[in-house]
Amino acid sequence: MTPAIQVERVSKNYGGMRALDAVSLTIGQGEFFGLLGPNGAGKTTLINILAGLVLASSGSARVLGHDVVKDYRSARRALGVVPQELVFDPFFTVREALVFQSGYFGLRDNRDWIEEVMHHLDLTERSAINMRALSGGMKRRVLVAQALVHKPPVIVLDEPTAGVDVELRQALWQFIRSLNREGHTIVLTTHYLEEAEALCGRIAMLKQGRIVALDTTQNLLNLHSGCYLELRLQPDRVPESLAALVTLRREGGYRLALRDYTEVERVIAELRSAGVGIQELEVMQPDLEEIFVQIMSKH
Amino acid sequence: MNGVPAHQPLQGFYTLFHKEWLRFWRVSVQTILAPVLTALLFLVVFAYSLRGRVEIFPGVDYAAFLVPGLAMMSVLQNAFANSSSSLMQSKMTGNIVFVLLPPLSHQEFFGAYLLAAIARGMVVGAGVFIATVWFVELRFEHPLWAVVFALAGSGVMGALGIIAGIHSDKVDELAAFQNFIILPLTFLSGVFYSIHSLPPLWQAASHLNPIFYMVDGFRYGFFGASDVSPWISLAIVAASFSALSFFTLWLLRSGYKLRH
Repeated sequence: MTPAIQVERVSKNYGGMRALDAVSLTIGQGEFFGLLGPNGAGKTTLINILAGLVLASSGSARVLGHDVVKDYRSARRALGVVPQELVFDPFFTVREALVFQSGYFGLRDNRDWIEEVMHHLDLTERSAINMRALSGGMKRRVLVAQALVHKPPVIVLDEPTAGVDVELRQALWQFIRSLNREGHTIVLTTHYLEEAEALCGRIAMLKQGRIVALDTTQNLLNLHSGCYLELRLQPDRVPESLAALVTLRREGGYRLALRDYTEVERVIAELRSAGVGIQELEVMQPDLEEIFVQIMSKH
Repeated sequence: MNGVPAHQPLQGFYTLFHKEWLRFWRVSVQTILAPVLTALLFLVVFAYSLRGRVEIFPGVDYAAFLVPGLAMMSVLQNAFANSSSSLMQSKMTGNIVFVLLPPLSHQEFFGAYLLAAIARGMVVGAGVFIATVWFVELRFEHPLWAVVFALAGSGVMGALGIIAGIHSDKVDELAAFQNFIILPLTFLSGVFYSIHSLPPLWQAASHLNPIFYMVDGFRYGFFGASDVSPWISLAIVAASFSALSFFTLWLLRSGYKLRH
């Protein structure tokens, strides 16, 4: 099957700065894919190359087999992008913005789908309001709707939930999940790693323009075989014998990294013999944030 | 879930033109009424202060001579302003992304912005006529020539506006383009006078100004008299339009300042 997205040795230089360094990546049709990385890692540059907003210095990128430069019309028709910046056209209402966007993609009389998108994003009641009069969260909803207005098979969401309230976040993910179940490929960049962990089947992590990790979300989580122990102690100190295990010192508590669950018993015994009481104890699995921090610190 | 209809050829072009049309129509006080008022003020000041003192074409009152020039100046300036300000604003606010993400070809992009610029130029030109025709006695010797020069002239300025809008990164840059290139060229194009009333050096210099041929050819449509043969003017305006169109299409195709 033709990949939804295929990126081959794509580099991008801005003057002397290399934003992307020979990135290769294949995303299959129907995947829910996460693109993670710190600010300036090259995520948005990669998305902009796919969208045709930025021209790669070298390498090639395809959307559903269509080269984004040579066959840009088919590639752009297959792609819907929610840009990161909160942009809008102040001359028009919500409905006009969506009808125009649909028209730019060559669609006439697309009212049924536009109504459905507005309904799912809770925009129907605001459809006659000028874009200028909307709140930031509402403008973000319209951006999502604009990206979906031609019902693209591949949807790229560049931090779609930044500055968005919980209600919309949930409604948005419910809608995006239903599109994914229908077969749409979703590519997501976000700084909310719990969102990526919950939604994405596979994840790529970028740092300084290079992919430093690429695997299924589960395999990435399994990279850390151990567990964490969150402790609140009285007195508030860790005995010398456990000091090497402390990874995080928070106000009123400690986080200890353990190789496996059997170590929990030893920790408790050491605390008891040192005369330190346990006020609270929680055993935790490492989450994506933990893995992300580890991977970024290694590279 | 609902599906989406099939793609229609040229729908993207039509939609972008429609959007650009609405963009200036919705702020018509600023984009149509204001330039009409400016032209009317020019007419009042120049026509009445020079009444009886200047006769450029035999038997043609100076105010009547002035009206086609003012109309053409408004057509040209507003055609330029439409495409340049729309692109500039879209770039500055970032909403240019809405027309860069879809599969619009560079020809569709160019065609839509150009046609909207011509449309605004023609609407403002018509507005100037409606506002001034009550004060002068106008002749219409060759109306088709006037229409052809208005369309071709606004096309030239619309294309120039696209170039200026794409090239300018700041309002200052666009204002410089407008104030130091467009405004002097239109004022020195024979809007207010015949170039035969100028000293030889300035007459020669006027022949290097393409806007002179637009105004002169347009005026021929009214009085059947002009400084230069309308065929020569048409050839120069058509050549300018072709050259600017090819250059603009090349810029758009290269992604200059739009696709980084």
